[in-house]
Amino acid sequence: MLLASLLVASFVIFGALYLAPGNPISALSGGRALPPASLRVLEQRYHLNQPFLAQYWYWLENALHGNFGVSITLQENVSSVIAARMWTTGGLVLYAALIILVVGIGSGVLAALRPGLADTSVLVSTAISAALPSFVAAILLITLFSVKLGWFPALGNGTSFASNIRHFTLPAVALAISSLAIVARVTRAAVREEADREHVQTAVSRGIPARQLIRRHILRNAAIPITTVSGITIASLIAVAAVVETAFSLNGLGAYLVQAAESKDLAVVQGISLVLVTAFVLINALVDVLYAALDPRVSLGSRAQ
Amino acid sequence: MSAPAAAAAGQPLLDVDGLTVLLPVEGQQREVLRDVSLQIRAGEAVGLVGESGSGKSMTARAIDRLLPKGAQVRGQIRFGGREVTDLAGAELRAFRNKVAMIFQDPRAHVNPVRRIGDFMTEALRTNLGVPAADAQQRAADMLAQVGIDEPARRLRQYPHELSGGMLQRVMIAAALLTEPALLLADEPTTALDVTTQAEVMAILDELRHEYGLAMLFITHDLELAAAICDRTIVMYAGQVVEVRRSELLHSDPLHPYTAALAAARPDIAQQSRRLRAIPGRPLSAFEAPPGECAFAPRCAHAREACLAAVPELVALDGGLSRCVRVTELRGQLEAAHA
Amino acid sequence: MATAVGVAARGATPRARNGAMALLRSTGVAGMVSAAVIAVATVLAVFGPLLAPYNPELPSLGLAFVGPTGGHLLGFDFEGRDVLSRLLAGAQSSMIGPLAVVIAAMALGTAIAVVAAWLQGPVDTVISSGLDILFAFPGILLAVLAAAVFGAGLTAAAIALSIAYTPYVARVLRGAALRERGQPYVAALEVQGASGTSICLRHIVPNMLPLIVAQATIMFGWAMVDLAAISFLGLGVQPPAPNWGVMISENEPGILQGYPLPSIAAGLCIVGVVIAFNVLGERLFEQAQAARR
Repeated sequence: MLLASLLVASFVIFGALYLAPGNPISALSGGRALPPASLRVLEQRYHLNQPFLAQYWYWLENALHGNFGVSITLQENVSSVIAARMWTTGGLVLYAALIILVVGIGSGVLAALRPGLADTSVLVSTAISAALPSFVAAILLITLFSVKLGWFPALGNGTSFASNIRHFTLPAVALAISSLAIVARVTRAAVREEADREHVQTAVSRGIPARQLIRRHILRNAAIPITTVSGITIASLIAVAAVVETAFSLNGLGAYLVQAAESKDLAVVQGISLVLVTAFVLINALVDVLYAALDPRVSLGSRAQ
Repeated sequence: MSAPAAAAAGQPLLDVDGLTVLLPVEGQQREVLRDVSLQIRAGEAVGLVGESGSGKSMTARAIDRLLPKGAQVRGQIRFGGREVTDLAGAELRAFRNKVAMIFQDPRAHVNPVRRIGDFMTEALRTNLGVPAADAQQRAADMLAQVGIDEPARRLRQYPHELSGGMLQRVMIAAALLTEPALLLADEPTTALDVTTQAEVMAILDELRHEYGLAMLFITHDLELAAAICDRTIVMYAGQVVEVRRSELLHSDPLHPYTAALAAARPDIAQQSRRLRAIPGRPLSAFEAPPGECAFAPRCAHAREACLAAVPELVALDGGLSRCVRVTELRGQLEAAHA
Repeated sequence: MATAVGVAARGATPRARNGAMALLRSTGVAGMVSAAVIAVATVLAVFGPLLAPYNPELPSLGLAFVGPTGGHLLGFDFEGRDVLSRLLAGAQSSMIGPLAVVIAAMALGTAIAVVAAWLQGPVDTVISSGLDILFAFPGILLAVLAAAVFGAGLTAAAIALSIAYTPYVARVLRGAALRERGQPYVAALEVQGASGTSICLRHIVPNMLPLIVAQATIMFGWAMVDLAAISFLGLGVQPPAPNWGVMISENEPGILQGYPLPSIAAGLCIVGVVIAFNVLGERLFEQAQAARR
């Protein structure tokens, strides 16, 4: 099923070439006038004399081998551009995912198990952070923590690993902040619901100590919906990363995708899109696997929505 | 005092005295149990019968300290001579090993993501420190005793792979593993179909006798309780209204409600034109009109005296009755409702 | 026959007809406040450019980033334009885009959902599988792709988002449509000879209305965020046209220079309206659930 998604997505990405006004040549060249020699190279490379499906096939085959063509604007192999910037985006998404998992799930569990002040403060803060789109969060964070307080740098990647962490912190927080709210709320709801379930009563009636009860019966069972939501949320970070990278001037895949779109460098757009969609589908596949592993009632491939 | 010592001393194993329980209902504390008292001797099976809202489940939960948050408990519950309501920590856990509860809907009461073996042995391993392999063996043996075939394979399975009846047997087996002295069975067969019901009841009865367990058997079915319990307690609106030896419950009931319950059961052998229902609906304790007999509004034998005050429990012929007219109505109740 | 008519008549009348005002009141204080905010935003969207005290597009570089002064409540942006005027004028493009997306995605999604639920069988299987495959292709990605192919602009982005949201809507509504389909009044109407189309249009869809409205409200918030993000990236509304998303990005350099107000003001406008839609949408969802019980 997921493979089908990937295939369809890649088809759409490729087909965009033909949706563009004008002919594929003008789309590939981004409307620029090119000397005849270059035009011939393009024709050959993209097999433009062949039927549509054959072209799709060649493109896909190349892509699977890591060959995405050449960027018109940079005159470089798209794949080398992707390789160079992959780590930035990957690191950013990973950092944000970590924040979402630790803070989001952590506060959700806390709110569920300790009603009262903890619960109320989590509810209020998630209500606020749920409404902050990442680019708004970005500028607020920059204003407060970079300009006013000077704790974190505002722009750029940083040079060493340590300075990378510093540079990536605000972007990661901006990326995570609205997703965090959803994860926290779902976690809280799931844990509360599990705590009320009858099988927990059974364990209580047999004298299972509270800690073990929470760990083995409440959290373990709540892990199912929590994992699903976390996974879906993290997968969606991939697209939004582009916005955050632009806001913080990070040289990631997303930022480059946007620049390429602006300059109509189609080969780059197609290549990066394919990579991002693949990552998205892979993460969803991982969520499916985890779900089946956590819930013995479910067989692989059928994720109850 | 431990259970055997208490029995030896002639004291009841379980002694509930004047139990009153309030629960938060729509923001207010309302009574669901009103001055409930009962005793169970070691090895004795006592039935607890009533319709919904009568408080029978609540009584069991109060005994097993499983009341919902915000519940207020007054009165005393003594198990083996020791007061239960203030137990905590290790003592509470020890108590839970000695009193086992079986619930109504096995599928909801067993954790679906853990294997049967895990479910059954958890208490043994955690509370009694039994090593895993040992515990698994004991669990397998107990599964065989409740009539489940291929116990070793079943231990590895998940709850959704077993039928409702089998799951209930697993629950019974699990309850017996910690060698309890008292079994609280809360409508264990209500959620099962009739044939499975009979099987599970048979197993419950057999094992109870084999292990010499005391049992509080909760049900809405008067016949069922009478079938396997020596004594039956009837509850209405959060109060005990009758206590009677089971075999006398039909022939010589001591309360109009019991007679009405018995008469309301459809008899396949009998020919009647209408089913005898009790008019009105069962009430919870806090819904009962204050200062009068709670059953009076629905009772065919109600008189002025019944509305004057809440009747006290009166001892009569080895049983108890909460009816002011019990001596008058003696002998007529069964006939009136036949 | 008489019973069939009775059943048909009873079930076929849509329930929420006792007034939009009553529905609104039932969403509580939070819901009503949100509705008020949305109303204000809508008014601004329509009349914004007329209400703006100063010209929102005329640069005056000498006044760049000057702070709030008399007559200029929010100061000036990076090109010396009055921020307040630009915000008021920007309401239009910031609200119209999401509106278009919501209308398109909801219409298409409802149609697909109802068709799948009505025809069931193989058609439903194909549609469901299709929806599963397109499950959640990220909207922003599709919009970027559209911008690369068709050029930057609000239209391309709005169309891309509509396409991206439709599978989600279809999936959610398909469940509700199936439930309606299974109701006795539908069978009664069929027995009376009503055509599939008329049953769907005149009975099933109106009975799904509470859910549709709730979903549309929440979706407006998502669309607003996504479109603002795309404009922020420079692929949506193009400067110098006023738009809240564009204003955030074009004034970002100001933050580093110590003039965060223009950027933040635009951001808060977006956040305020989105929160209003989210809160109202959630309340409407609860009402829709309650109505079903």
